[in-house]
Amino acid sequence: MLERLRFVPGRLLQAVPVIFGVTVVVFFMVHLLPGNPALAILGQTATEDRVAALNHQLGLDQPLWKQYFTFLGHLLTGDLGTSISYQRPVSELITTAIPVTLSLVVFALVLALVLSIPLAGIAAGRPGRGRDLAVRAFTLVGQGMPQFWVGIMLLLLLAVKAGAFPVGGYGETAGSHVYYLFLPALTLAIALSPQIIRSLRASTINVLGSDYVGTARSKGAAGISLFRGHVLRNAAIPTVSIVGVNLGYLVGGSLVIEKVFAIPGLGSLMINAIFSRDFPTIQAVALVVALFVVVVGILTDVVYTFLDPRVDLSAKERA
Amino acid sequence: MTAVEQSPLTLPGATTPLLQLDRLTLGLRRGGREVRIVEDVDLTVGAGQRVGLVGESGSGKSLTLRAIAGLLPAGVEVLGGGIEYAGEDLLRMPAKRRRALAGPDIAMVFQEPMTALNPVMRVGDQIAEGPRRHLGLSKKAAADLAVQLMTRVGIPDPERRARAHPHELSGGLRQRIMIAMAVSCGPRLLLCDEPTTALDVTVQLQVLRLLEQLCADTGTALVFVTHDLAVVTQTCTDLSVMYAGHIVETGPVADTFTRPRHPYTRGLLESAPDFDHPDRVLVPIPGFPPNVADRPAGCPFAPRCGYVQPHCTEAPPPLAEVAPGREAACYETHRLGEELPA
Amino acid sequence: MTTTAVATARRAARRPARSRSLRPWYRNGTLVTGLVIVGLLVLVAVLAPWLAPYDPVKQDLQSALQSPSGSHWLGTDKYGRDVLSRLIWGARVDLRVGFLAVLIPFVFGSVMGALAGYFGGWFDAVVMRVVDVFFAFPFYVLVIVLVFVLGAGEKSIYLAIAAVSWGSYAKILRGELLVAKKQDWVVAARLGGMSHARVLGRHITPNVLSQALIYGMSDIVMDILAIVTLGYLGLGIAPPTAEWGSMILDGQEFITTQWQQATIPGLAVVVTSLGLSFLGDGLSDQLSPGRRS
Repeated sequence: MLERLRFVPGRLLQAVPVIFGVTVVVFFMVHLLPGNPALAILGQTATEDRVAALNHQLGLDQPLWKQYFTFLGHLLTGDLGTSISYQRPVSELITTAIPVTLSLVVFALVLALVLSIPLAGIAAGRPGRGRDLAVRAFTLVGQGMPQFWVGIMLLLLLAVKAGAFPVGGYGETAGSHVYYLFLPALTLAIALSPQIIRSLRASTINVLGSDYVGTARSKGAAGISLFRGHVLRNAAIPTVSIVGVNLGYLVGGSLVIEKVFAIPGLGSLMINAIFSRDFPTIQAVALVVALFVVVVGILTDVVYTFLDPRVDLSAKERA
Repeated sequence: MTAVEQSPLTLPGATTPLLQLDRLTLGLRRGGREVRIVEDVDLTVGAGQRVGLVGESGSGKSLTLRAIAGLLPAGVEVLGGGIEYAGEDLLRMPAKRRRALAGPDIAMVFQEPMTALNPVMRVGDQIAEGPRRHLGLSKKAAADLAVQLMTRVGIPDPERRARAHPHELSGGLRQRIMIAMAVSCGPRLLLCDEPTTALDVTVQLQVLRLLEQLCADTGTALVFVTHDLAVVTQTCTDLSVMYAGHIVETGPVADTFTRPRHPYTRGLLESAPDFDHPDRVLVPIPGFPPNVADRPAGCPFAPRCGYVQPHCTEAPPPLAEVAPGREAACYETHRLGEELPA
Repeated sequence: MTTTAVATARRAARRPARSRSLRPWYRNGTLVTGLVIVGLLVLVAVLAPWLAPYDPVKQDLQSALQSPSGSHWLGTDKYGRDVLSRLIWGARVDLRVGFLAVLIPFVFGSVMGALAGYFGGWFDAVVMRVVDVFFAFPFYVLVIVLVFVLGAGEKSIYLAIAAVSWGSYAKILRGELLVAKKQDWVVAARLGGMSHARVLGRHITPNVLSQALIYGMSDIVMDILAIVTLGYLGLGIAPPTAEWGSMILDGQEFITTQWQQATIPGLAVVVTSLGLSFLGDGLSDQLSPGRRS
């Protein structure tokens, strides 16, 4: 079984140039600012001395390539800099924020699957008929709704009007986290589902028309047992890549949703850092998020290998 | 005891055939119109009997088989007639009962094993699935049974092979897996849809012998669909010839081949290469089989027939007994044996 | 050059049509619906100065936060501005920016992707790596940061969206080119002595563009959603210009009393997206039936 994972080290190696590229982008993001970052931080009223001092402190008077390598060096030792607004190591802020965003994203993924799998199955069961059209209408509408607006609507309906859920925040205990995260996770799930449903529906229709489903039927399989035993795993294969790709998009969306629901995760950290011009934090969050996307990409391939025994990703590496 | 539970072979003077197709008509309904693909097909299969269903592509033979198996493709319906299995109406029985028959009573071997086997499931599990569902075997018992079956169908090193996935096996092995799967619950009727067409010639013979032997050992009846006459001689005792959705001739294999009673059968025999007589001149049948949508009014073979007479195009000839145990759907059957007009 | 080669090259000059739908466009239900919806929206946007009953930016604090009524069909916002007028004028902004924002990534991405796919080699490898780097950043993360870095405003939005979305076009065109350059008619054209530029420009491009075009339609939807989101975050088109996203932000404060302020602009976005989706799907059916994923 483990030999199927032979491709992972190669894939990690392939990811290295991408990660390098990411650090370059992250570094230059901030240095694209017209004018002087130190000046931007201190504001227009700062004296020249203060600006020069901050400049020196931030290492901004060094040549650009030197600054990049200093930056890189710090990264490799885990030093993400000091937050300008909180005056604390950025790594601290990040480590507190990551579990929050991670829980949100995982919760959203679970809800999305719970929502999508049955809907895709219903739609694929009788393509072209009423239920299928209803599901497809749902996906069309779902794709066109701004995520933050969906969040606000859910807030309006379930928190404000019905009072069933809190209006925002994260809660104190592990149990209450689930309660507080439900609406934001649902918002993200609604945004993610259309893609999953479309892909799963198409591949399920494909699978249902295949010969091996005919074979299974000739052995007397039907209904749920047919779906679970033969259809689902085969139909899931192309969908796994779709989910993997969209997971990155999901994290991006969580940025905005965290603002709508006042959740103290990476998103809020990033947004607040943007408004307080806290460059180290902005860079660090962007970097962490990009790393997450790269890791998710590799994980998707791993899941893919386990789902489809025909695929041998290690063979491709040698080619 | 109902007829299903008692084998007709043991009933003295039993007359209920295992499988009976009665004027079966299959086709599509397109906005009020009917397009008939298979028309008025009669077929009788007794217990332990091995019947070949022969015809070229488009004759409707595969569709007929699928109708028996309950696996008609989307859009194709039964437009008329009936199918009875051991006296029970297959078409009108409740779905649950139909599913209970799939495996222990009626099983099917498909043409292309690569697509007919679940690519993500181990072959041993696929063979074990039927026994687990229908015979109530435990996972372990079913797995053991699967290995036994694999040995029975001639797969070497079965314990290891059982853990393989379909794409890891050769075409011949895959087809043996399909056969093992089909016989796993001890069916009384085995439906085969061109099971050897996709195989190498050398492997074909092995698989055919296997099928023949299995059926002989267990007394399983066989309906074998193929376009290859040589294959039919190998495995079947009786034969029905289909043309353009109709059955045109039935009878024992040997007799039908030596003395065909329908011009189409005769044409097939004369156009097929024969290794025993390699110098014989091959005479192809002129023309092409008709499109499903424009079947002629009278006998479907009339446009290509060398024996055609004016009355042949008026109404399709019924399938009638022309000799003991032999049926043909032809008005001119008595003239076969004449030389064909030049 | 032998006669056969000349003849083949001449035949290659007549480009083979990709399978097109047999149905004329006006019988394609999805396409027509899309055209109608988008057409109406564009009409509303263009005719805004005449359709909107009030000036969208003029404040009238005495009439602030009114419920929908005869004089203000959708009520007024916290500055007393008529919500309906702002909605109509907002269509101008969001639609215009949405359509324009697609252009740069479309052109730049398609060219890069086509060249990468056609010429292959190190150029292809480099371009694909760069695309991978950009793809590592979730869409909104990069857009938000770039807009912030470049300063809020329309130009930044175009640049940020361009930076983030060109990669998809590059990938699509590269894929198409990889397939196209192996086609017999391309090989024949090259054998006939046509330069790379001519083959690419006059022969391959018209055939492969349709896929990019279809993707472009869904990209417009993405862009409009991005613009509206940026507006909500306060990073979009600067106030007091009417824009659907900032309208939702303004409306969120009063969600309990004047819920329509936050809801209606969102619905406008949904309708716009639906229209564009229908248009995109209809176009996809028309240009390459059976290809829609």
